[in-house]
Amino acid sequence: MTSQSRLAWLMNDVAGRRLMALILAVIIILPVLNLWVPKDSFFHVSSYTIGLLGKYLCYALLALAVDLIWGYCGILSLGHGAFFALGGYAMGMYMMRQIGDRGVYGNPLLPDFMVFLNWQELPWYWYGFDNFFFAMVMVALAPGILAFVFGWLAFRSRVTGVYLSIITQAMTYALMLAFFRNDMGFGGNNGLTDFKDLLGFSLQKDTTKVALFVCSGVALILGYLLCRYVVSSKLGRVLVSIRDAESRTRFIGYRVEHYKLFVFVLSAMLAGVAGALYVPQVGIINPGEFSPINSIEIIIWVAVGGRGFLYGAIIGAVLVNYGKTFFTGAFPEIWLFMLGGLFVVSTLFLPQGVVGIVQQWKDKRAEKKALQAGASGEVAS
Amino acid sequence: MKLMTKHIPQHILYLNGVSKTFDGFKAINDLSFTVKPGELRAIIGPNGAGKTTMMDIITGKLKPDVGDVFFRDMVDLTKHDEADIANMGIGRKFQKPTVIESLTVFENLELALTGNRGVFKALFHKLDAEQYRRIDEVIKRVGLAEKRDWLGGNLSHGQKQWLEIGMLLNQEPDLLLVDEPAAGMTDHETELTAKLLKEIAGERSVVVVEHDMEFIKALACPVTVLHEGHVLAEGTLEQVQANEQVIEVYLGR
Repeated sequence: MTSQSRLAWLMNDVAGRRLMALILAVIIILPVLNLWVPKDSFFHVSSYTIGLLGKYLCYALLALAVDLIWGYCGILSLGHGAFFALGGYAMGMYMMRQIGDRGVYGNPLLPDFMVFLNWQELPWYWYGFDNFFFAMVMVALAPGILAFVFGWLAFRSRVTGVYLSIITQAMTYALMLAFFRNDMGFGGNNGLTDFKDLLGFSLQKDTTKVALFVCSGVALILGYLLCRYVVSSKLGRVLVSIRDAESRTRFIGYRVEHYKLFVFVLSAMLAGVAGALYVPQVGIINPGEFSPINSIEIIIWVAVGGRGFLYGAIIGAVLVNYGKTFFTGAFPEIWLFMLGGLFVVSTLFLPQGVVGIVQQWKDKRAEKKALQAGASGEVAS
Repeated sequence: MKLMTKHIPQHILYLNGVSKTFDGFKAINDLSFTVKPGELRAIIGPNGAGKTTMMDIITGKLKPDVGDVFFRDMVDLTKHDEADIANMGIGRKFQKPTVIESLTVFENLELALTGNRGVFKALFHKLDAEQYRRIDEVIKRVGLAEKRDWLGGNLSHGQKQWLEIGMLLNQEPDLLLVDEPAAGMTDHETELTAKLLKEIAGERSVVVVEHDMEFIKALACPVTVLHEGHVLAEGTLEQVQANEQVIEVYLGR
């Protein structure tokens, strides 16, 4: 039933609101436990944990971006890591400029890697990145423009399904090879690293780490609300319609390519923001982030969590990455096998992921209750 | 005050000398026929007669090799794509019923409702009271009032067909192209469908492609027989059934 209320898009999403409340609680309570509870206390949360969870939150935002296009519009992008990496590079470039003359070579004008390559001046595309606001605009704009150009060409030519997946994979692979080259001017193999501070705050300090963690959580919540609004609007129903019956949608009169382009660009921008928040927390961005396997991993997060719920993607990203942290520590040799197995298992047995199982279980219980209520009602009458 | 009155065309649909070849196979061969405003027309023909190809050409999915395809006398349909043509006022129902399975009956009809199809309009779209009324009216008309909040995927085959016809109505087209509406329906449903289509004709033009002779009889309208991408005969059902050539094609004598 389509509710008349202006906030119906939020009110109807009970599970989403619960998850957002949980994330909100986490980003309020954990900082307190980290900063103000003494280190030897049982309740102290280490900076390592804060950093780890901050990473998970960025991954969750990335997974959310992928679910928006895959779960709701059927666009299976196997190259979303590229948008994440571009956002990360934009942030990395800003932080490189912040280093100033504190680099190993002490050059006030050029980042270390350029001095090392004997470059004399800053390439034009590095201009403006000493300004924080310019860099933040580029965080969303660079992935957005790439997605726009790529999407415009692909969707206009009606490239769909597995063919689209393959060319998105090729896109991220091509970018990886390009960024590996030293003459691209992005630090080649080593990428951008040795960051010192962000907006004047040292990245080594616990308070900065906590601030980044909180920012990631806030970005995830805002990103979620934005995605929820989009999928609850009529536009969201057009997306579902494209996913389920593309040509039907065309024959009702919708320009399918425009809708796909809109949601693809929006998703790429969200991925860029996730990348920008990720880089200062891990302290490095290199071409490895473009590698195809990373993009495939995102798909696994979404598939495990449950596709087409939005909150499923968040749950999946956190679960799989927690698993990764645990198993790469405990049994590093078998993690990749587990990841592959996870994908097979979730495709075969959990078509709707973890969220789907919970849903099924709830439905069954409700059915049972209704049945019992019906039975007792009969007896009473 | 309305200064311009809507131009009343002589023909809603005008096809002249249309041909389309796939790898040397002539799916449509010098096809010519016209549909008048408000007319109900049935098209019959054996498999491979070119009925679906004809629909694809009219709705912009395919471009003809040669020939004229005009809508409302003025619009050259070969120069437009599917979305354009749909918005100009040609609605199409597929042979296999295609409704959006994971949306409700109401939402399916909401999507089809005529109006701005822009991306940003859709993002901030809100139904007004008039549009609610309009959707509920169509739901009643296609007999799905009790299924209003059902998912499209949970409807029976016949109900899906009706929902799709309802979606067509909501587009408020001048011309409806309806591909095998009675396929897979019970006799009773077939009867209701014929009645519904007859009602719609008059206010709009309706072209029905069908195999089921009982259904055509119930429609009681002019019939065009297609064979090998060409019009073989035209007239009432009795006339074409008495036609020598038609008998030969259908009975293979």
